Amino acid sequence: MAKSNKPIFWGLFAAGGTVTAFVTPVLVLLTLFAAMGFSPDLFTYEALRGFAAHWLGKLIILGVIVLSLWHAAHRLRVTVHDFGVRADTVVAYVVYGIAGLGTLMTIIYLLRI
Amino acid sequence: MSEERQIQLEVLRYNPETDSQPRYQTYTVPCVNEWVVLDALNYVKENLDPTLSYRWSCHMAVCGSCGYMINGEPKLGCKAFIHEYGDHIRVEPLANFPIERDLVTVVEDFIAKLASVKPYLIPKEDKPISAGEFKQTPAELKKFKQYTLCINCMLCYAACPQYGLVPEFLGPAAISMAHRYNQDSRDGGRDQRQEVIATDEGVWECSFVGACSEVCPKHVDPAGALQQVKVASTIDWYKEHLMPWVKK
Repeated sequence: MAKSNKPIFWGLFAAGGTVTAFVTPVLVLLTLFAAMGFSPDLFTYEALRGFAAHWLGKLIILGVIVLSLWHAAHRLRVTVHDFGVRADTVVAYVVYGIAGLGTLMTIIYLLRI
Repeated sequence: MSEERQIQLEVLRYNPETDSQPRYQTYTVPCVNEWVVLDALNYVKENLDPTLSYRWSCHMAVCGSCGYMINGEPKLGCKAFIHEYGDHIRVEPLANFPIERDLVTVVEDFIAKLASVKPYLIPKEDKPISAGEFKQTPAELKKFKQYTLCINCMLCYAACPQYGLVPEFLGPAAISMAHRYNQDSRDGGRDQRQEVIATDEGVWECSFVGACSEVCPKHVDPAGALQQVKVASTIDWYKEHLMPWVKK
């Protein structure tokens, strides 16, 4: 039996799970605050654009988006399998394809800021 | 004196020589509240129906023989107390295993998988007896002690939906047992075991449902062991593919 290549995806899945567990709830909360009108100067368009324009800001945004995408993709693949759909290769191509496309788009959009 | 009550014990029966398919048979058993389900089965065997077949031995959650589905849940017959159930208890053979007869399952698949992970110490180097014992600190022992408590009862295999879907899956107990030896400071066999457990049909078939740890009667926490194996195997993978010059 050959050793599995799943660690590539599982590594991204595990890292993504850790990141999303910490960051996503905060982002949801901040978005809700902003929607309800509690938005300090930190959340102004200029401030956020400035954050995204800096290379460190880009790196953080890239990390959060990309790892969340790969986490979701792998979780979905396993969930589909748990529901008894026996087409793992097709499912893997679809979900990882979406995550890959999302990764590419994130990089392009970030570079254009 | 203990309270006595009557229960209806519904047991799955199957004799491959005479039955075309399994059927249920219900026995009325006068039980003492302190009894466990295994006691009720023994009562049936001794007083009502000597043809009933089931495995058991120690009656104290050490041998791992008396695993059955009790009201649909994988349990040890010797740890399932009558007072925790209503007056109707259904006993079936462990799920995900073929039936040999009545409550007796065919376990060869599990035995072969367990043997395949080399569940024994493979010393790093041969050491003559005169060189003395392999010493271990309490901290080193603590790293793997909980995994030594596995009694091979196979409840985790009956609980694992993944094993039900993919019979090739190496499964919770075998992988935790491999982890137990990999974590042992006296052992040097990890590379050999990784060839078996770091495969698609090994640890990577696990989707972390966690049912194995819920049903484990010895609190081994196989699900935890499998996650640790995944982390270690992922680090291995990156080392092997991105840093092939690094010696293991």
